[in-house]
Amino acid sequence: MNPLLPLFVITPLVAAFLIMIIGRFVSGFNKVFTSLILLFLACISFYFLFTTGENIYVYKVGGWESVNNIPIGIYMVMDGFTAIVVCIINLIGFLSAFYSISYIKRYTAENYFYALFCLMIAGMNGVVISGDLFNIFVFLEISVISAYALVAFGVEKNELEASFKYQVLGCLASFLILFGIGLIYWKAKTLNIADIKTAFSNGYDKTYYLFVQILILSGFGLKAAIIPFHAWLPDAHSSAPSPISAMLSGVLIKAVGIYVIIRLFFNMFVVSESFSVLITTLGTLSMVIGVFLAIGQWDIKRLLAYHSISQMGYVVLSVGIGMILIARGTRPEVATLAIAGGLFHLINHAAFKGLLFLNACAIEYTIGTRNLKEMGGLAKYMPATSATSFVASMSISGIPPFNGFFSKLIIIVAAVMGRFYFLAALAVIVSIITLASFLKFQRYAFYDKPDFKRGKIKEVPFPMIFSMIVLSVICLILSLLVIPGVREAILTPAVNILTDPLKYATTIIGQ
Amino acid sequence: MITYIMCFILFLVGFYGVITRRNLVKIAVSLSIMEISTFLFFALIGYVDGGAAPIVDPADPVKTYVDPLPQAMVLTAIVIGLATTSMMMAIIIRLYRKYGTFDIREIKNLKG
Repeated sequence: MNPLLPLFVITPLVAAFLIMIIGRFVSGFNKVFTSLILLFLACISFYFLFTTGENIYVYKVGGWESVNNIPIGIYMVMDGFTAIVVCIINLIGFLSAFYSISYIKRYTAENYFYALFCLMIAGMNGVVISGDLFNIFVFLEISVISAYALVAFGVEKNELEASFKYQVLGCLASFLILFGIGLIYWKAKTLNIADIKTAFSNGYDKTYYLFVQILILSGFGLKAAIIPFHAWLPDAHSSAPSPISAMLSGVLIKAVGIYVIIRLFFNMFVVSESFSVLITTLGTLSMVIGVFLAIGQWDIKRLLAYHSISQMGYVVLSVGIGMILIARGTRPEVATLAIAGGLFHLINHAAFKGLLFLNACAIEYTIGTRNLKEMGGLAKYMPATSATSFVASMSISGIPPFNGFFSKLIIIVAAVMGRFYFLAALAVIVSIITLASFLKFQRYAFYDKPDFKRGKIKEVPFPMIFSMIVLSVICLILSLLVIPGVREAILTPAVNILTDPLKYATTIIGQ
Repeated sequence: MITYIMCFILFLVGFYGVITRRNLVKIAVSLSIMEISTFLFFALIGYVDGGAAPIVDPADPVKTYVDPLPQAMVLTAIVIGLATTSMMMAIIIRLYRKYGTFDIREIKNLKG
C-alpha cells in the first residue's frame, strides 16, 4: 500500500471544486492554485519516476484486501510505464497551466477554464494509474467530458461544431469500450486487469476473445485517433484554446488512447500474431496518411494536429513490431528495442508537440491569425518564440541532437533488425516529409518577408516565454535518455513490465 | 440468448440512427439508444436464473443471488451517460443559436 498514489486523483479533483468556490471571491486564486497543484503533482510524479524502478506499487481503495488471492477492491497501480506517463501528464499540465496565466485573459469565465483543466488532469491521472477496467472507463469519461467542454470554450461557430463532432465520435468510442468491458466481465467475472489475465489464461473461446479485442481496439483507437478513426482530431485540436490544444495533442490522446491500448494488449490480452499485424498496419497507415494530410495545410494548428496523427503512428508502429516479435516468440531483444523506441517517442512527442502548440498560440496571441500565408518576418519581433519553435520543429523532424532524432533512430533500427525493411523505409520517408512540412512552417511564419512592416508587435509576456523555454530545454535533455545508464533507469523498467507476460499479473495478485 | 441478440440489435439501431440522421437532436437520441442498449446488456449479464435480490440472508446460506456488480456498474454508467447527454444537448442549443438550424448539412465550417 503506497499512500501517495490516490493523491494523483484526489488533489486535482479537490482543486477543481475549490477553484469554483473560492475563485469567485478571490481574484487570481484560480491561476496560482492550479499552477501550484500541478507543480506539486509533477514533483510527486518525478519522485515516482526515479524511485519506482522494477517495483510495482499497489494501493487498494477502501483497504479491501484480496480474498484467496482474488482481488476484490479497486486497485491503483504504479509501475515503470505508469510513472513515465504520469510524469508527462503533470509536467505538461503544469507548463500549460502556467502558460495560460497570460493567454486566458482573452476569455471570460476563467474559473470554469481552470476547474475544467483540473478535472481533465484528474481524469487522465485516474486512467493511467487505475488497475481496474471499469475504473479506467469512469476516469476516461471524466477527462473526455471536460475535454468536450474545453474544446467548445470559445463558443463560436467553429468551436461548437468541432466539439459536437468530437462528442459524437467520443460517445461511440465510449459505448464500444463499455460493451467490450461488459463482454470481458461476462466471461472472466472480474474487472481487475491482472485478474482478467489469469482468468483468460485458463483457456477461452477464440472467436469471442477476438471480438472483445476488436471492440476494445476500436474504442480506444477512436480516442487515440489512429487513422481510420481520426476524423474528429484536426477539428477538435485546432478549435480548442491553445494551451488546451497542447494538452489534448500532447497528453490526452496518449493517456486515454495509446497508453490504454499498450497496457491492455500487453498486460491483459494475449495477442495473436495476426492481430499484432493489424495493429502495426494501423500504425503504419496513421504515420503515412497523417503526414500527407498535414503537408497541404495552411492553418498552423490544423497542420500540427495532423502531425500528431502521424507521430502517434510511429509509436503504434514500433509497439506493433514489438508485439509481432513477442507473438512469434523470436528475437526478444529486438522486441525490447522496438517497444523502448515506441515509449521514447511517446515521451518526446509530448514535449515537442506541446511546445509547438504553445508556439502556435504565441503567434496567434500576437498577430491574431492562424493562417500561415498572413504571417512572415516574425523572427525579428519574437526571438524567443522563433528560437523555441525552431528547436521543436527540428525535434519533430528528427534532426540530431534533438530528442526526436534518437527515438526515430531507435524505431528504424528496430524495424531493420526485425527484418521489416519496408516499414523502416516508410518511417524514413515520412520523417523527410515531416521535415519539409516544418521547414514550410518556419519559413512562412518566421523568415519570409523580412522587410514586412508590422505595427507594434512585441514578444509575448513572461509566463508564456517561461513555459516555451522550459519545454525546449526538456526537448534537449530528453536526448540523454539514449545514454545507457539513464535509459536503464527510466525506460527499461517500463519495457520490462510490458514484455514480460506474467510479471504484471503475478506481482499484483500476490500483493 | 435471444435477449442478448435483441440487445445487440438495439445497439445497431442506434448506430444506424447516428449514421443516417441529419438532425442534431436525432443524432443525440440515437446515441442515447446505443447507450441504453449497452446498459441493458450489463443488466442482463448479471442475471442468474432464479436468483434473488443481492441482499445477504443469514438464515439461508445457500440461497442464489443475482450478480450485484453489473448493477453497480450500470448505475455508475447511467450517471456518466446523463453527463454526456446533457453536455451534448447544451452544445446543440448553442449550435442552434449560432447557425439557426438543426440540419447537420448546414453546419460545415471546418473541413480539409
